[in-house]
Amino acid sequence: MANATASADERIKTESITTRLMKRPELGAIGGVILVTIFFLFTASGSMFTFSGIMNFLTPAAQLGILGIAAAMLMIGGEFDLSIGSMVAFAGMIFGVLVVNMGLPLIFAIPLTMAFAGAMGAVNGAIVLRTGLPSFIVTLAFLFILRGASLVGLKLFTGGSTQLRGVRDAVEGDWLTPVFSGDAFGGAFQWMADNGWIDSMNSGAPKVPGIPVEILWFIAVAVVATFVLLRTPAGNWIFATGGDKNAASNSGVPVRKVKISLFMLTACAAAIVAIITVIDTGSTDARRGFMKEFEAIIAAVIGGCLLTGGYGSAIGAFFGAIIFGMVTIGLTYTGFDQDWFQVFLGGMLLLAVVFNNAIRKRVTGER
Amino acid sequence: MTDPIIHMEGIKKHFGNVIALNGVTFDVRPGECHCLLGDNGAGKSTFIKTMSGVHKPTEGSIMFEGKPLSFDSPRDAMEAGIATVFQDLAMIPLMSVTRNFFMGREPTKGRFIKRFDLDVANDICMEEMRRMGINLRAPDQAVGTLSGGERQTVAIARAVYFGAKVLILDEPTSALGVRQTSNVLATIARVRSQGVGVVFISHNVRHALAVGDRFTVLNRGQTLGTALKGEIDAAELQDLMAGGQELAKLEGSLGGTI
Repeated sequence: MANATASADERIKTESITTRLMKRPELGAIGGVILVTIFFLFTASGSMFTFSGIMNFLTPAAQLGILGIAAAMLMIGGEFDLSIGSMVAFAGMIFGVLVVNMGLPLIFAIPLTMAFAGAMGAVNGAIVLRTGLPSFIVTLAFLFILRGASLVGLKLFTGGSTQLRGVRDAVEGDWLTPVFSGDAFGGAFQWMADNGWIDSMNSGAPKVPGIPVEILWFIAVAVVATFVLLRTPAGNWIFATGGDKNAASNSGVPVRKVKISLFMLTACAAAIVAIITVIDTGSTDARRGFMKEFEAIIAAVIGGCLLTGGYGSAIGAFFGAIIFGMVTIGLTYTGFDQDWFQVFLGGMLLLAVVFNNAIRKRVTGER
Repeated sequence: MTDPIIHMEGIKKHFGNVIALNGVTFDVRPGECHCLLGDNGAGKSTFIKTMSGVHKPTEGSIMFEGKPLSFDSPRDAMEAGIATVFQDLAMIPLMSVTRNFFMGREPTKGRFIKRFDLDVANDICMEEMRRMGINLRAPDQAVGTLSGGERQTVAIARAVYFGAKVLILDEPTSALGVRQTSNVLATIARVRSQGVGVVFISHNVRHALAVGDRFTVLNRGQTLGTALKGEIDAAELQDLMAGGQELAKLEGSLGGTI
C-alpha cells in the first residue's frame, strides 16, 4: 500500500538491485574480498584455499577483526580509539599478573581483566567528553601511556623482564580455558576425518584439528554487533550520535552514555584479544598488540566506516579484517616478497576511502 | 474562547548585564497558530528557548494547562508536550527517514531482548508522512535526499506524532523556496486543524499572515501587543517590527511589504 503510492511519483526511477546494493556500506569490503580471492587464486599455491589454508589466514583475521568491529562501532559513534593496540598489551599484563602472580582461576581473572580494560575505556571516553578534545589526541596520549605502563608493570611483576611467562601452566585444566584457547569441535573433526570427509594425517588425526576458538569469537562478535547496530534502539543511538551529536541529544538520545559505552566496548574487545592470544602463546609481553590500533581502523574503513562518523557497518569490518588476514598470510603462499603486504594495505586503505566517499554521496543524494 | 495551553506572563531574562527579554506576555490556545514576529535581535530565540525549557526565566510566570510550571530541562518541556523544531531540525542526513523519525524514541518488540521494531516504525513513518502530504519513496530513504521543505515536514510530523500539544517552529520558512514554503505553510495549517497549538516564529510578515490566527510582535525584548487576524495588515505589522523607524524611508521603493 505504502509502496504503491510512493511509486506513483513519476520523478523517481525504480532502483535496480545494483543501485540498492551500492548503498550498503559493506559492499566495498565484500568486493575487496572477492578481488583479493581472485588475485590469490591466480598467484598463490593451491594449498591456500584448502581447509587448513583458510583456517590459517582466518586466525589472524579473527584476532584483528574482533578489534576492528569494535573500532567500527566506535567510529560509527563518531570517535576514534588509537589506544586499542596498547590496550591489548595492558590487558594482557593485567591478565598475566592475575593468573600467574596471583593464581586466580579464569572465572575471576577474566571478568577482572575486562573490568580493568573497561574502566580505562571509560576514562578515555570521560576525558574526551569532559574536555571536548578530539578523541584522536586523547587516545593518542593513551597509546603511549598504556604501552609505557605495560612495560613498567611487566618489569615490576616479573622482576625486570618485559615478558611474563607461565600463563599456560597457570590456566591448564581450568574449565574456562577451552572457551578462549585451542580448537573447537575437535570431536566432530575427528569423526569427519575417520569417515574420510576431510584430510587426515598418517596417524589418523585430522589435518585441521578443529576451528580455532578465536574464529568463533570473531563470528559471534560480528553477529552481535550487526544485530545491535541494525535492530536495536542502541544501534540507532550509535548512528545518531555519530551523525550529529547535537541533533541526537536534542531528540533525547543519551549521547554521553553511548560514547562512554563505545569506548568501554573497544577496550573490552582489546581485552578479549589479549586473553585469547596470551593463553594461546602462554606468555604476555609489552609489544603485544603493536600497531593493532591502525590495523583495526583500516579494517573498519575498508569495511565502509566514514571517518566523520555516523555511517558504517560491523559486517564491513568483518570482511575488512578477512582481507587483512588473506593479504598477510596469502603472500607467503606466493612467490612475492612478503613485505609487499604493507604496500598492498596502504593501497587498499586509499581505495576504500575514495570509494566510501563516493558511496556516501550516492546515499545522501548529494550532487 | 478556549483556555490557553500555555500562558507566559511578564517573562524577563537577563544574561549578566544584558537584558534579553524585558517583559514578554504570550499564550497559545489549542488549534490556533500564534505568530511571534520580530526582527533579528528582538529576542525571539531567547523567548522560544525559555518556552522550550532551555533557559529558565529570570522573572515571570509560566502556566501550563492552568497550572504553574517550571521546566528544568528541554526534556521536561518535551514530556509536558511542548515540542520545538529548531532551525537545524535535529535531523541526521545519513540516516533513513524512519531512523530519524524515531531517533531516541524507538518502538521495541521482544520480551527479553528489546529489538527496534523496524517494520512498525516504517509503517508509522510512511503513514504519518502521507498524512502530511509527502509520499516517501521508501522509509529507508536517507534524510539527506529530501528537500528542505520535506525535512521540515518530517520534523513537524515527528513532533506531532509524539504528542505535541504546543509546537514551536523556529523560522521554518526562512531558508525555503516558494513551493516548499507553501508546502510547509500547508503542513502548519494541517497540524493546527488537529488541535495542536502552533507557535510560528518568523520575520516574514507575509508568511505569518498566510497561516496566523493571532500576531504578537516582539521588539527589543518586549511584546508590543497582540492582534487578531483581520485586525492588522502587513504594513502595520512591519512597522511594529521595525519599531516604526527606519523602514518609513524605504516604504516607497519596497512597495509596501518585505
